[in-house]
Formats: sequence, C-alpha cells, structure tokens
Amino acid sequence: MKKENKVLKFLGNNSVPIMFVIICAFCIPVSGFSIPYLLNEIFTRMGRNVFLIMALLIPIMAGMGLNFGMTLGAMAAEIALILVADWQIWGIPGLILAMIVSIPFSIALGTLCGKILNRAKGREMITSYIISFFINGVYQLVVLYMMGPIIPIKHTSIKLPRGYGIRNTVSLLSMRQALDNLLAVRIGGVKIPVLTFLIIALLCLFIVWFRKTKLGQDMRAVGQDMEVARAAGIDVDRTRILSIVISTVLAGFGMVIYLQNMGNIATYSSHSQIGMFAIAALLVGGASVDRASIGNVFLGVILFHTMFIVAPEAGAKITGDSMIGEYFRVFVSYAVITVALVMYETKKRKAKSAVGQQLEAEQREEESK
Amino acid sequence: MSNSAAPLLEMKNIKKDFFGTQVLTDINLTLNAGDVLGLCGENGAGKSTLMKILFGMDVIRDTGGYGGDIFIDGQKVCFNTPFEALEAGIGMVHQEFSLIPGFTAAENIVLNREPKKHNVVSEIFGDRLNTLDYNEITGRANNAIEKMGFAIDPGMVINEMPVGHKQFTEIARELSKDQLRLLILDEPTAVLTEKEAEALLDSIRHMSEKGIAVIFITHRLHEILSVCNKVIVMRDGFVVRDVPANETSVEDITKWMVGRSVDNAAKHDVRDFSDAETIMSVRKLWVDMPGETVRNVNLDVKKGEILGIGGLAGQGKLGIPNGIMGLYEAGGKVEFEGKEIPLNSPRKCLDANIAFVSEDRRGVGLLLDETLEWNIAFPAMQVQNKFLKKYLGGLIKWRDEKAITDITQKYVDELAIKCPGGTKQKAKELSGGNQQKVCLAKAFALEPKFLFVSEPTRGIDVGAKALVLNALKKFNRESGVTVVMISSELEELRQICDEIAIVSGGKIAGTLPADRPSEEFGMLMVSQVK
Repeated sequence: MKKENKVLKFLGNNSVPIMFVIICAFCIPVSGFSIPYLLNEIFTRMGRNVFLIMALLIPIMAGMGLNFGMTLGAMAAEIALILVADWQIWGIPGLILAMIVSIPFSIALGTLCGKILNRAKGREMITSYIISFFINGVYQLVVLYMMGPIIPIKHTSIKLPRGYGIRNTVSLLSMRQALDNLLAVRIGGVKIPVLTFLIIALLCLFIVWFRKTKLGQDMRAVGQDMEVARAAGIDVDRTRILSIVISTVLAGFGMVIYLQNMGNIATYSSHSQIGMFAIAALLVGGASVDRASIGNVFLGVILFHTMFIVAPEAGAKITGDSMIGEYFRVFVSYAVITVALVMYETKKRKAKSAVGQQLEAEQREEESK
Repeated sequence: MSNSAAPLLEMKNIKKDFFGTQVLTDINLTLNAGDVLGLCGENGAGKSTLMKILFGMDVIRDTGGYGGDIFIDGQKVCFNTPFEALEAGIGMVHQEFSLIPGFTAAENIVLNREPKKHNVVSEIFGDRLNTLDYNEITGRANNAIEKMGFAIDPGMVINEMPVGHKQFTEIARELSKDQLRLLILDEPTAVLTEKEAEALLDSIRHMSEKGIAVIFITHRLHEILSVCNKVIVMRDGFVVRDVPANETSVEDITKWMVGRSVDNAAKHDVRDFSDAETIMSVRKLWVDMPGETVRNVNLDVKKGEILGIGGLAGQGKLGIPNGIMGLYEAGGKVEFEGKEIPLNSPRKCLDANIAFVSEDRRGVGLLLDETLEWNIAFPAMQVQNKFLKKYLGGLIKWRDEKAITDITQKYVDELAIKCPGGTKQKAKELSGGNQQKVCLAKAFALEPKFLFVSEPTRGIDVGAKALVLNALKKFNRESGVTVVMISSELEELRQICDEIAIVSGGKIAGTLPADRPSEEFGMLMVSQVK
C-alpha cells in the first residue's frame, strides 16, 4: 500500500517529463531518423540552448518564478552582436567581445526589470512577460531608427538600403559555430562541440558554487519567505534585483552562444520566442515555478528538442502533411507552460487542504483513544 | 557598564497612545541580569505594545513614538529599529514563527549571520559572494542548542519539524547571538506539549543562571509561578501589580488580570434557556483558520438566546463562526433547525437564513468603494431578491432605488450612523465605529433567523461600543433572533449574553451563565483542555 503510494506520488510529481518520454518513444521510430542523425541534432541543440535555459535557474531560486524577462538579455546580446559585426571583429575574439559589450546593456535592463518586479511582488511572471514586450518596442526603436543616425553603423551589408536601421537578417557567417567547431570531436559521425560543453560545465559549476555563497543563501531565504528574510536583516529588494540582473546577463551570454550556432541574427524575431522555448524546455525537464535544478535543464533540453526534431517528420509520415508536426510543437510548448502553471496552483491548494485533513485525522485519533 | 549597580533594563513612565486612545499609562519596570519576569494580562492589556516599544518595532514609530524613557545599564536608549535593539543585546521570540521553511534548523539559527569563507571572487565583487562555512554553521548552531539545553537536530529541515521544535529553533537563534542579554518570549509555550513546555522552563532557568534576563509572557500562569522570580500583571494599559513570584498564586493573578471592580459590569437580565429548543447544534467541528484553529468543538445554541463565545486571542474562537459560515476549510457536522448544513459553502448558510458579521470589516464586511445604500441592501438583494422590481413576470429585475434608500435611512436613524454625506456616502469614508454599524445594518436587512457577530466592538470607541451592543440586544429581543457573539472582551460578553462559552486551545473549555463572577471565566480561559 505504502509502496504503491510512493510510485503514484513519483508519477504525479514527474507527469510532464514522463508524458514527453512517451511522446518521444512513439515519434522516434515513426519519424524514421537514424540514431546518429538524432544524436547529432540533439548535441547541436544542447550546445545551442542549455546556457540560455540555465539563466532561468537563479530567479526561480529567489522565488521570482519563471523569468520571462530573459528576453531582455537576448536583446542586449543582439545589439552587442550587431555592433561587433559592424566593427568586423570575427571568430572567437568577436564572440568574447560581444559577450563583454552585452554586459552593460544586460545590467541596465535587468536592473530596470528587477525594480519593476519589486513593485509587483507575487505577480512577477506576468509582469516580466509584459516588460519583455515593452522592451521589444524600445529595442525596435534603437535598431530601426537609432542605428545609423545616432549609433554609427558603417557597413551597408548590415544597414537597410534606405541608409539607417538594420536589415532583417544580419549574417554572422565569419563567427558561425566558431565556438562549436574549436576542439570539436567526432565520434561515429556524431559531432560533439566540446568547447561549448566546457563553457556549459563551467556555468554548472558556477551555479553550484553560487548556491553556497552568502548571496545564494540570501536568495533562497528571500524566495521562501520574504518577510522572515527582511526581519533577519536581509535586503530583500536588492537581492531580488541582483537575481534578475544575473539572470539577464547570463541570458545575454546564452544568446551569443545561441546565435553563433545559428550563424545569423533575425534582427526582429530571434529573441521573440527565446524566453518561451527556454521556459517550456525547463518545465518539460520536470521543473516547477518554485523549484528547478541543473538536472531539469538537461533532461528538458533533451526531451523537448527530441520532440522538436521528430514531431514534424512523424506528423508528415502519419498524416502526409508536414505542417501538422510544425503546428504540434508550437502548440505543445504553450500547452506545457499552461499545464505547469496550473499544476503549481493546484499543488499549493492541495498543500493547504492537507492541513485540514491532518486536523481531522488528529481528531479521529483522539476519539478512538 | 559605566555603573555596575545600574539594573540591566529600566523602563520609566512609559506611555503610548494610538491615535488618541491611551493604551499604556505610566509603566515602570526594572530588570536585573538573570531576572525572569513573568508578564501577564488579558488581551489588549498592553503587554505586546510594551514589548514592541522595547524592541523598537516600526509600528511604534509609525504611530507617533512613545513617552517615557528606557535605560539599559543606566544609559538612556531609544531604539528606532529592531536591529538597534538586537545590537544592544535584546532578543525577541515572536508568537508567529519567523523561520525559513526550506532551511535546516542550523541555517535558520544563523540566518543572515552566517560564518563565511573569503575567496577571490568576493574580493572583487563584494562580501556577498563569500561562500558559507557549513561546518562552522553547524558548530555555532550546536553551541546555541547546548546553551538552550533542549536537543534539536540542527540538520533537520523546518518543514519536517514538529511545531515545538520550531519554537526551540527560534529560541536557539536568539541564543546564538553573542551579545544577547535580555530575551523576550511571547507566548512560547502556547504551541508546546506538556513535556516540551517543561523543557522550555528548564532552559529558561538555565539562561537565567548564565545571567541572561528573560521576560516571559504566557497565559499559563502556573508556568510563571514555577520559573519567574517576579510577576507583573497588566490591565487596560496599567501595571496593576508588581510582586515577587513567591508571594502570589494563580488565583491572585487571575483576579488581578480580569478583576475590574465587579459592580462595574452592567448587570442585565440574564435569561435561562436550558429548556428551550436547540436551533443549531455543532458536532465535532474542526476549522483550519490560520492562527485560530478549531479542534473538535461541540456546541448547542438555543433558540432565542444570545450566546457569547470568549477566550484569549489565537485560541480558536474566531474560527468557529468562520468555519460554520464556510469562509475557512472546516469539517464536522452542523445542524440548523434539524437540517444539516453543508460546510464550506457560504451560500447554503445564507440560504438557511444565517447571517454573519465578520471581524474583518474592511476585507469581508464592506464594499469600501460603494455607497452606504449599496452596502446595506446588497446582500439582501443578492441572497433574497429583496429590493427588486420585477417586470415581464420576473424576467427582468430592476433595483428598487426608493426601497433601498428607505431601508438605509431607517438603519441610519436607528443605529445613529454618522454619515455627513447622507445615504449615498461611500463606506470607506466612515469612521471604524460607523463602519461597524453599517455591517450590522447589512446583517439586519437580511432579517436572519440566526446571527453570528464576530468582534463587533474591535477598534471602536466606548460610545459606539455601547450603541452596537444595545442594537444587538434590541434586535434579539424584538425580532427573536438567536445571536452568537464572539468577542475577546469578557466584560462586554457579560453585558449582553445569556450564556458564555470559553474557548481554549481550539476547544470549548466550558460554558457558564453570564452572571457568574469573572474569575470563573478567567480560570477557564487559562485552563488546558485535554
């Protein structure tokens, strides 16, 4: 009886990852992709996405939920990359410079976002989601009108023909996969981007180390109970702002890694879905609004992107229409986020009614005496 | 330190008023190192306010500061924040737990005072990137636990702890502060089992031997006698007695606590309803209302009576009406006029003609941004389709503005609601006392068979109090409505009730006719219900 309970509890707590394992197990044979091809794709996508998703971990630790505002970091990185591309600094030095240039933008945007979120405690997720739309407007203003007349842009390959503003796509051809290819190893036709993975490993170490710092401890305290943390003398508002700033800066780095893998910037759309997909992947990995680990990140990337790869093909094989799979994967990412948010609320409510049940049980016990 | 003869703490002529209402008058208190002071008094006697002043809580400064002086070691001090009080060696364990649920006991004990290790990154980016020294954290926690003399597991997560251990974790946290010289314990034994409470008393003796002074607030008077060497009894903002503990007894203290001069309580016609029909019977009720948990309550309410429910704060008296009316999760069985009423569904209670005046005036009781008319007529309109004009055979219902204005005017006159803007004035613009009257009018407009009134006089002045109580009494006498009134103030219950039930520890400690002496009720309040 007790064992059964445990199994059920495990299934209940991990329902989202289990569902995805089932979907993938069904779609992989149907799609007909070879294993080396799949592995290759998965490794590429891991290198591309893991850093971005890890940027989400710290605000979750600080109790601020899923940081939809990570898009801000992505926009900072795009501005930095456009500038670096215009300065014609290529390869690894270009990437490092882009990361460095993105830092001040990320810090400024992250501070702004953090300050706004401090005025919207308890509603961080929806607020950060809307902030990302607002900053998207500012980003477009900068990129469409200010780049050229105010911020000097030399190269016509980047500028719109009218003389100012940035083209729809900025090619990063000379940086393309610079990181991924350096030190890359091929095993049985599967390319492993070792350097990118090393950077990701460093970030994992950073996050593990960060949890043990005073600031990390403060963030966990603030995340669990703001009032108690404040009474203990922790500067709650500053701690929360710092968590968003760190997340935004990491998201900026992650975006640089993401774009070097893609090889070009879609100036007006690269960032728009980044937050959504990163969050969906994290949730698929079994994270929730208030708890996420490095393990969730890796499991999530593997499951979510396997589905991304195989679903269109499987859809095409079954229905004869490849659009079905394409539709399916977009639909699924929104569905996953919705399910995760609903489950978070239900869990909270369940925990609340558990107190009542305990009272009832105690009472019964007393009577039976 | 300047003068070794000076007492550790001296409070002289402390005065405090909240917006003109005097809550503390000329409090004097002296405490030497190692003293254990028992502080007792009814709710609202001013104990908490006094401790808040001593601890420098924000609420004191926000409401205009205090009068009088506080000396520590003979030096005048004035704390603006709790942190300054902590600096000076004062620690306080509050009634509500102040612990991080997902942290271990050790992490909570050293919260925000964690021992740290320096590293390269922190040299550049500042102290907050120092890593924590977990061995040292456990070490310090163990020291504090040893000092306390009650063993708790420093590695246990707060969430998984029994409630008593949480209390000890809080005490250990205060003890882990090296500068601690005076510890304030506010109702620490309320959540403890008998055995744990005994252990706590031992640990208080332990602290006292080490020269730490303790101020111990509790309603369990025998504990005061067993551990304190000094007792101060407060009532209505005055110190009524300041005696050595060995010269007094539980009976004396109870008498001083509740003992307003007996003839002060207005005598009234207490009626005997023991033969009357039971209108509501409550069986095995539990209610999960945070801070007011109700456990296994059985209660019979007779038709036509006014039943009072009294008891100290946090013992569960507020949970009873809130649970029956479905505002908090509850279980058990409630029968009204012989029919069972489903719990957890407010609408069913309202349909059965039971009305409730909540203690939470602003949150539950009123539509603050709406007019008086709306406030008074809304529930009746919503629940009973009153004040509506029907057209097309009831298909279209329009508000009957005239009827609404009339009924509002009637209650404004009857209850003397002061509304300079007339019946169209907004509820939030009224004073607390008048808002309370609006809440009553709202319930009266429902013309209920049964009325719960929760803390009807909380936060309103003496004049309004009398009016509210009289209105309730009149409503009961003229319309024959059964009233259950919940109040922390025993005297006001004795003024209008026929019978009073006292709640302690979430259970009914006993029910007595209202004309029994206050001491008997006092004994029930501090009793331990098994």
